[in-house]
Amino acid sequence: MITLAGVTKRFGDRAVLKGIDLAVGKGEVLCLIGGSGSGKSTILRCINGLERHDAGEIVVGGTRVDAAGLPAIRRRVAMVFQRFNLFPHRTVLENVIEAPVHVHREAPAQARDRAMELLARVDMADHADSRPAALSGGQQQRVGIARALALRPEAILFDEPTSALDPERVGEVLRVMRELAQEGMTMLIVTHEIDFAREVADRVAFVDQGVIAEQGPAADVLTAPRQPRTAQFLARVLHRNG
Amino acid sequence: MIAFLADAHAFAPVLLQGLLVTLELTVCALTLSLALGVMWVVMGRARFAPWRWISGTVITAVRGIPIIVQLFFVYFVLPDFGLDLPPFMAGMLGLGLAYSVYQAENIRGGIGAVDKGLIEAGEALGMNRLTLWRRVVLPLGLRHALPSIGNTMVMLLKDTSIASTITIAELTREGQLLAISTFKNGSVYALIALLYLAASLPLSALVRTLERRGRLA
Repeated sequence: MITLAGVTKRFGDRAVLKGIDLAVGKGEVLCLIGGSGSGKSTILRCINGLERHDAGEIVVGGTRVDAAGLPAIRRRVAMVFQRFNLFPHRTVLENVIEAPVHVHREAPAQARDRAMELLARVDMADHADSRPAALSGGQQQRVGIARALALRPEAILFDEPTSALDPERVGEVLRVMRELAQEGMTMLIVTHEIDFAREVADRVAFVDQGVIAEQGPAADVLTAPRQPRTAQFLARVLHRNG
Repeated sequence: MIAFLADAHAFAPVLLQGLLVTLELTVCALTLSLALGVMWVVMGRARFAPWRWISGTVITAVRGIPIIVQLFFVYFVLPDFGLDLPPFMAGMLGLGLAYSVYQAENIRGGIGAVDKGLIEAGEALGMNRLTLWRRVVLPLGLRHALPSIGNTMVMLLKDTSIASTITIAELTREGQLLAISTFKNGSVYALIALLYLAASLPLSALVRTLERRGRLA
């Protein structure tokens, strides 16, 4: 579904990605873990073209990520942001129908019905007419997920979806993501939630200093890492959480 | 004081008629200045370099020329090139153009304050540049720019008095004519000052209301 081969990216004279090879199969849930500045968010942002990679190739469902391919790719791959990035001048419902109506020219009435279904699914139907600023972080992120689903995406990129949330709000967002995973959505998740990754991910990739240091089945990487730096990272993160 | 009130009563119909023209001119020039201001900003951010040059040159030139000279160009010089505009149109065009460069600065500042994450959200949803501007950048940027646009609006209201020099029968010109014919300079100019002040107060209130309505929290 999504493959990266030899992808590099520099910001000025700093090499952020130094040759990333990665594949996400259809219906697979892949969690990217790693320290801050390791390049894991940049990997996501290259896949939907928010950043342009310098070298290597990214292919999504047979379409190359380049200027010509981006419109098609952004239709098939949605993104959920760390800081939600809901449009503050529009209501919850308007946020969800924004892309269907104003990008893909669906009939508003139809888009509205579907948006209400999606909002019900993330338990936000009661807030359809609220502005994002009136909602908690967890509520905003659930709307963010509904807005992503409104694209009928084949895959969703999650960029640290729970990192900006109060601890007691993390669970409600993870619950929605868990349901999506169970329904077979292809998901690429940058996360610090190791327990969630262990439970939901099919595979985990550990990103360190712009390379994928280790990847494999979640249970293997998270409980019996082969690389010392993976073990060190997990010890740090789990210690902090415990 | 009694004499002033008597003058006020006598001059009111003429001055209020002038005030009406002043308000019409303000609204028309304001609309034009905002439309042109958005245009300069959009051109200034275009990928096609000549658009950026045109925008930059116009802004620099218009900002460096006194408004009264710009009005004279539109009203007295353009006819030499076959464009003979009635005074009100000339005033609207001259003031709208002169003020568009200030509006461009206001709008540019407002757009700069738009959260980059929201622009990325629009891009990630598949918006092309036009949709992104229409649905995200401009609506949010104009909200951020509203306080400074409001300030510029009050300045424009007062600067419409310059249009008295190209025979538009707005408040200042009607007042001048009254003062010349009655020699009651004190009463006439006090009334004019009060009327400008009275017109600017609701404008300030309007801006505050718009700001409150547009607030996103």
